[in-house]
Amino acid sequence: MSKTIAEINEKIKKGKAVVVTAEEIIELTKKRGAKKVAQEVDVVTTGTFSPMCSSGAYFNVKQPTPKMKMGGGKAYLNNVPVYAGFAAADIFLGATAMPDDDPRNAVYPGQFLYGGAHVIEELVAGKMVILTATAYGTDCYPNKKRETKLSLKDFNDAVLFNPRNGYQNYNVGINISDRVIYTYMGVLRPRMGNANYCSAGQLSPLMNDPMYRTIGLGTRIFLGGGIGYVCWPGTQHTPTAPRGKNKVPKSGAGTLAVIGDLKQMNAQWLRGVSITGYGPTLAVSIGIPIPILDEEMVVFTSVEDKDIWAPVVDYSYDYPQGTGKILGEVNYADLKSGKITFKGKDIPTGGLSSYHKAREVAETLKRWLLKGKFLLTEPVASLPGA
Amino acid sequence: MTKKKFILTFPPTLIEEPITYNLIKNYDCRINILKATVRPKAEGRMVIELNGSRESVAAGLDYLKKIGIQVEPLAQEVHYIKERCSHCTACIPHCPTDALSVDREEMKVSFHGERCIICEACLPVCAYKAMEIRF
Repeated sequence: MSKTIAEINEKIKKGKAVVVTAEEIIELTKKRGAKKVAQEVDVVTTGTFSPMCSSGAYFNVKQPTPKMKMGGGKAYLNNVPVYAGFAAADIFLGATAMPDDDPRNAVYPGQFLYGGAHVIEELVAGKMVILTATAYGTDCYPNKKRETKLSLKDFNDAVLFNPRNGYQNYNVGINISDRVIYTYMGVLRPRMGNANYCSAGQLSPLMNDPMYRTIGLGTRIFLGGGIGYVCWPGTQHTPTAPRGKNKVPKSGAGTLAVIGDLKQMNAQWLRGVSITGYGPTLAVSIGIPIPILDEEMVVFTSVEDKDIWAPVVDYSYDYPQGTGKILGEVNYADLKSGKITFKGKDIPTGGLSSYHKAREVAETLKRWLLKGKFLLTEPVASLPGA
Repeated sequence: MTKKKFILTFPPTLIEEPITYNLIKNYDCRINILKATVRPKAEGRMVIELNGSRESVAAGLDYLKKIGIQVEPLAQEVHYIKERCSHCTACIPHCPTDALSVDREEMKVSFHGERCIICEACLPVCAYKAMEIRF
């Protein structure tokens, strides 16, 4: 027996939908079997919370008098440069942008204490930021210089727009060289001193819909504590990555471009972070509901950490030089245990993606669905598939 | 019983002095070396934890000062700012004493100050700036 999204939505509205997290369904399926679970469960909620560098926000700024055309000029929020190459009043702030006078890696490894991501976090937390802008002036927009304090509510629009989030699987970073390296996969100690991973594994959205059957363009999601949407496949979306028998990719594969109103988001779920030696970036939380349309969706959402494999990649040479070499594969159950045994060596593991927070996202989304205040969407179009 | 941490700075001339042996043997102090930098012909620095009766620790410290070692109480501490921690666990493989540990069931990080040896390895590793050194 299969269900439609419309049928599930009716149940959600009546407060009768059965919603479980991507963690809870694992045990449920083991106990009751996929067939029964397909009849009983309506929605599975997923979650992830992790630094996702391809993130940013665009803003529309209220005009001063006289008016100003920022397009073609220069603009900054709290000294962080924003892109102003739009019309008069639109600017885009990238998560990894940083003040012009930040020493970066001149004193190695750089600390990167403040960047675009931190501006986003501060705005969402209700703090004021300083907009400074210079323009060349036109007959219709004569103003050439502006400095003003703004809070999130002072912008006409503030929209989080992330071109690549929610990676379906990711590399496990290690360092086979003789010196410490500072990477976007964290601090990696020499001679495989630690192995860092970055996925919520069995809770991660695209791990639970590996063939993109239900997640597509227009899918309504939990984004940064508010409501957002999948608006496009993420950049570098690679559905053709090698997959296991369970159809789950064994390396970075699908990605999502997501969008949502920044004004309803929450600083608990959108955090500016500083990766030593690498740069500032934004930790984003995403939760996606997966409708249990049929038995296959039960099987997909019941995937377990021990059956999700990630490639181990050396970040001292192979990654920077783009050799494409994979040193081996490990599964998320082992990674999350705190130790992997790899090439005969016990290596302690560290996460970049917070499983604890991922669980909170999935639980929050579950509460929203149970309260009937969040409805599922039919995808407007599918993501490019395998 | 008293237990305190101290920073010892000793001139190159005292490098040969077996101070830990003396503290144990003559002053009945339990000594735990948290950090030590001793190089030939250079000033040495050691961070120790002294454990013993009030009298023996006082006498031990007296001995150190008398032979010319500068003794300062360790006021420096690593602080864990719970609200900033995202429980990502990136710090875990870097902490040598399990002062930072994970409840694997909850996947939640916690900090145990008494196990911290102020090596500061966690500071650059935490992207959320949840670890701070305070003086």
